[in-house]
Amino acid sequence: MADAGVGRRLSRRSLLKIGALAGGGLALGIHLPVRAELDPEPRSADAKTAPEAPVELAPNAWVRIHGDGRIELVLARSEMGQGVMTALPMLLAEELEVGLDQVQLVIAPVARVYANRLLGVQATGESTSVRDAWTPLREAGAAARALMIAAAASVWEALPSDCQARRGRVHHSDGVRSLSYGELVATASGLAPPDRVALKSPAAWTLIGTSQQRLDTPEKVSGGAHFGLDIRLPGLLFATLYRCPVPGSRVLSWRAAETLKVAGVVDVLAVRNGIGVVAESTWAALQGRARLDVSCRPTVNANLDSQRIRSRLRIGLKGRSAVARKSGDVSLALAAAAHEIEAVYEVGFQPHACMEPMNCTADVQPDRCALYVPTQAQEGARAIASAITGLAPGRISVHTSLLGGGDGRRLEQDFVVDALELSLRVHRPVQVVWTREDDFRHDFFRPMTLHRLRGGLDAEGRVTAWFHRVVGPSVLARLRPDSIRDGIDPFMVEGAADIAYEIPDLRIEYRRADTPAAVGLWRGGGYAHTSFAAECFLDELAAAAGQDPLMMRRHLLAGSPRHLRLLDRIGERAGWGAAATQGLGRGLALVAAFESLIAMVAEVALEGGRVRVHRVFCVVDCGRVVNPDLVRGQIQGGVAYGLTAALKGEISFTDGQVDQLDFEQYPLLRFGEMPEVVIDILPSDADPGGVSGLGVPPIAPAVANAVFALTGERVRSLPIRLAS
Amino acid sequence: MISLTLNGEPRALDLDPEMPLLWVLRDHLGLMGTKYGCGKAECGACIVHLDGEPVNACMTPLSQVEGRSVTTIEGLSSDGRHPLQLAWIIEQVPQCGYCQPGQIMMAAALLNKHPRPTDAQIEEAMSRVLCRCGTYERIRRAVHRAASPEVQNG
Repeated sequence: MADAGVGRRLSRRSLLKIGALAGGGLALGIHLPVRAELDPEPRSADAKTAPEAPVELAPNAWVRIHGDGRIELVLARSEMGQGVMTALPMLLAEELEVGLDQVQLVIAPVARVYANRLLGVQATGESTSVRDAWTPLREAGAAARALMIAAAASVWEALPSDCQARRGRVHHSDGVRSLSYGELVATASGLAPPDRVALKSPAAWTLIGTSQQRLDTPEKVSGGAHFGLDIRLPGLLFATLYRCPVPGSRVLSWRAAETLKVAGVVDVLAVRNGIGVVAESTWAALQGRARLDVSCRPTVNANLDSQRIRSRLRIGLKGRSAVARKSGDVSLALAAAAHEIEAVYEVGFQPHACMEPMNCTADVQPDRCALYVPTQAQEGARAIASAITGLAPGRISVHTSLLGGGDGRRLEQDFVVDALELSLRVHRPVQVVWTREDDFRHDFFRPMTLHRLRGGLDAEGRVTAWFHRVVGPSVLARLRPDSIRDGIDPFMVEGAADIAYEIPDLRIEYRRADTPAAVGLWRGGGYAHTSFAAECFLDELAAAAGQDPLMMRRHLLAGSPRHLRLLDRIGERAGWGAAATQGLGRGLALVAAFESLIAMVAEVALEGGRVRVHRVFCVVDCGRVVNPDLVRGQIQGGVAYGLTAALKGEISFTDGQVDQLDFEQYPLLRFGEMPEVVIDILPSDADPGGVSGLGVPPIAPAVANAVFALTGERVRSLPIRLAS
Repeated sequence: MISLTLNGEPRALDLDPEMPLLWVLRDHLGLMGTKYGCGKAECGACIVHLDGEPVNACMTPLSQVEGRSVTTIEGLSSDGRHPLQLAWIIEQVPQCGYCQPGQIMMAAALLNKHPRPTDAQIEEAMSRVLCRCGTYERIRRAVHRAASPEVQNG
């Protein structure tokens, strides 16, 4: 490793800060370089903006060492199951030379230093957390360790090289003297911070690469874990909103006489997103909402239905479009091909269906505002709070609870808006509770997309031409309009435009076709829809060429050793060369996403006319692994999430409304439907890649390809519905 | 006034008898371990024991628990070290964790009935509780572990 044991200058724009903590502690922080075009952190240092003492007193610290020996590590990403609450502290603790049993976690407030450099704001998503934190958090831990060693050396009038840090203490090489970090705080706070840090060599790691138990497990099995809905504040009111069910429709008139008769109902208010019923309990709020008399303004979206959306998308299969990537001349290559095939793939709308429905608790006061919220987007939450309350950002605190699932849904702020507006109006803290029905009806769905693919083979069966057009609504036009360039929504073509196969003539297109249905980010990103189309179509080409799908991929990846290693291993693990067991079909898919690689082989059978997935082999190359058990959990989880979308159901629209409003109409994969998932993680010296979305994209094409192997029937739409 | 035994303690509650037990627990008694997931007894996040049997608290009106005994995740063990809770930790089951109180209460009811459950019995019982994070394989292992005292501590 390049950084092994070598003095490493902190990034040029990094700035180490030492500050005093209340109670005589030391706070050590590192400002991270953030892309310059981002909105600047409000500089107003207003003393009155510090409601929750220690957090705000040392807003930029990653590591806090107190005089009484307590060591706190700051967690600036949202824990939604993916394990950041364990993986990120491991990075700090590794270099700080403390055990995970010696630290307490502090959830970060909103501050520029906590921005996710890959997303540009303080947010959690798109499988970025470990990738973003990998270097800066280790540097922060190493800088704090260096400071502790320098302090001990100065106390003992010894050379730093005679001092060693171990489990929160600095030991002198004489084997006699040692001082705890807490005892060194006072001395350390008078020292200049180091301008160079030496990161440990991988050989010296004791935490990174090990399956440390999750730090959040004990509270999650005791019932004591606090999610957003578990926030309780003095004087808290509960609220639920009536929202017009058709997108874009607004309340025309409303009567609340019956609602106000419900015991416990405190108030009924019209707010931006609908009519809010505020009550002393969730039950009273729900009872009150059921008795509201509301009519909604008619809108043209009342004729929205799935068939119309599909027809609209179909128009986009032909005609003009934007080019996301181009090499050679696909038209010429297709014309010259010995054999050409073409297919259209379809992926339906999918909800997030987080187990914890959307919710937010807001406490708006005249001079400050506190949000208690399961959010993936703290900076966005603060911005919307500032806009609604008129308070400066420095007067708004965001307290991130545990998230009962996120998957991109909690990057949105709609539920935050509800809580803010209601608390502002009733002058009490308000918890807005979405019912499951609200959660389905008002989701930002993974969009329906159509994919037109054309491929050419030469006389020897080599793939010479590849055309892939993605047709669907733009997701980023609403979320990150600046990212749309030349008509390309990068999210919609990821996995298509960056396809790894080496094909001489290639053209990837995107045709934007917006619909009134709200769309958003989803677990597995754009890869979740593009990979289904691309990996299935590649199998179609292999069949047309009379080639084995794995061998065809090998030929197309001859110059990509990482991909080849993955393919070879999955072939071995799944026994690809041997005939499949009678009654089972096997299908392969390969996906490169989030700077990681994954290959899957699914083994499927037909049971009672339905696809049943028995076993899934996964081979993962995600660079250096911080915690192997967390990686395995994420891959298992991705398989489950992807199988729900591949096998179980989808969201459809009739007369402008979502048809599926509960778990009977949109069933999730159940216990008995979970396949055995066999996971191999390949060793790698590359920097870590993302894994939380990684398991999702390959499972649908692997299953679809397995269905073809078993039945000879091509699956070209999700969810899978067998014709025979 | 409705009388019941809650986690071993006698309680008398002056609340709307139609209110589902879920909201009684969460909004009036401060027992937030029982989760709201769907309100229709479809997901199982709210499973508690009623006289030892698993029920969905979201569809159980308070009137139905009159004179009966309710156990929630908070009352499953006095110290959080029920064999299932220990097995859940050893097998590192939870991811987001939201459904896990319901999973554990469902598993506890299963073990009350079948101390050494078969895979089929585990599947039948645990299919009542949904997990979006896909922790099912680990749940299966954890239930087996808790049911085998000799391997409980790994």
